[in-house]
Amino acid sequence: MTLPFPQAVVIGASAGGVQALRDVLGCFPATFPAPVLVVQHIPRDRPSGIPALLDGSCALPVAEAQDKEPLCGGVVLFAPPDYHLLVEDRTTVSLSRDEPVLYSRPAIDPLFESAAEVFGEGLLAILLTGASSDGSAGVAAVRREGGIVWIQDPDEAVAPIMPASAIAHAGADAIVTLGDLCRRLGTLAP
Amino acid sequence: MPRVVLEALMSAETELFDLELKVLLEAVYLRYHYDFRHYAVSSLRRRMRHAMGRYGMERLSDLQHRVIHDPAFFAEAMQYFTVQVSEMFRDPGYFAALREHAIPVLKTYPSIKVWIAGCSTGEEVWSMAILLEEEGLLDRAVIYATDINPAALEAAESGVFPLDRMALFSRNYQAAGGRRSLSEYFTTGYGGAVFDRRLKKQVVFADHSLATDAVFSEVHLVSCRNVLIYFNRELQDRAVGLFHDSLVRRGFLGLGAKESLQFGAHAADFEACAPHERLYRRTAS
Repeated sequence: MTLPFPQAVVIGASAGGVQALRDVLGCFPATFPAPVLVVQHIPRDRPSGIPALLDGSCALPVAEAQDKEPLCGGVVLFAPPDYHLLVEDRTTVSLSRDEPVLYSRPAIDPLFESAAEVFGEGLLAILLTGASSDGSAGVAAVRREGGIVWIQDPDEAVAPIMPASAIAHAGADAIVTLGDLCRRLGTLAP
Repeated sequence: MPRVVLEALMSAETELFDLELKVLLEAVYLRYHYDFRHYAVSSLRRRMRHAMGRYGMERLSDLQHRVIHDPAFFAEAMQYFTVQVSEMFRDPGYFAALREHAIPVLKTYPSIKVWIAGCSTGEEVWSMAILLEEEGLLDRAVIYATDINPAALEAAESGVFPLDRMALFSRNYQAAGGRRSLSEYFTTGYGGAVFDRRLKKQVVFADHSLATDAVFSEVHLVSCRNVLIYFNRELQDRAVGLFHDSLVRRGFLGLGAKESLQFGAHAADFEACAPHERLYRRTAS
């Protein structure tokens, strides 16, 4: 199967996400040309440490996003604690302190929805393990705008509620194990 | 870095939404002179969708219709155009950095002026007043607390905050290097925590828009936190330009924890003083 190369990739993860993200981010080749934006649910009141933790296991540079940072291909940006990460336009990210979504800030829905609006069918969204229903509205938005959605198989996920909720709410283009995900990233046509 | 060259198309629905958003913001500007036209669109889209949900509207043009025909409705809907979430001593490290780096310099002036830009419901204003009081500076300070939202300014001036927030505010205050107990600054009443009126005797609450208004005073410290994130880069540049023009030589500028001058037009006009806490100083030139 050959898919068109996405112009941007968004990833959402919650409970059990750090290990899953280590696996998934480890699959991206150093030459990956699109920007990768990640929301992992984290506590609001302390530095997350996750970008630094994952930087070593990923061939792409990993960092915490700053407001109005340029969106560059081949860079992984994480939402910082207590801010939503949004796609402002095709070249810029924004942060916001709009209300938490399902008690989370950062939350997955704002990232997925804003990215869907900007990148439309050029977006690949990946939803991983979690125990919340954040991400369901975001997945619906990505599919509505014509983007591609891959969701981690709830049977494999450490916490199945989040992927199962999104599948039930909006469906998916593929329900995948982390192993499938790696293989699929390799099938994207440049 | 490789560049992504494929041409992406927004869906027709999103394009129409953006068109309606543009028309709405233009209408609000023409009717009420509130200028949201250069606000960051990603967050604004979300808040407008929330407003449509709240008022049971199908289209953004329905919101526009009510906004331009009903000023009372617009006043109520303002909360969706601006974001009113704050805490006292939020990001305590920022206030600790002010104590460490800015206060010793401010103490060398016979009188000081501080501008809290985009003060919203006033949590930062009262925090700043407490900080200056504890540093022996409040009596020779003037604090300008400005915002575009009249309801927020009114709340800011009242100095009444919900009691259930005091535990969080107290923790922040202690982490910021507070010298007493926060409870020494408020009494309970009116269903909330009422802050000591004495703290606001040097505070001027005023309507001011970073999008349309000009510099109004020379100040020694500008604190504008988590306001610029709601602006696009063009409006950010305008606002930071105002701060620059307002600040005395070597004056201080404090921003929000994830806001940076790095991506803007005025990067060279300031130098980082406490980089992690986003405390900057105007360069000498």
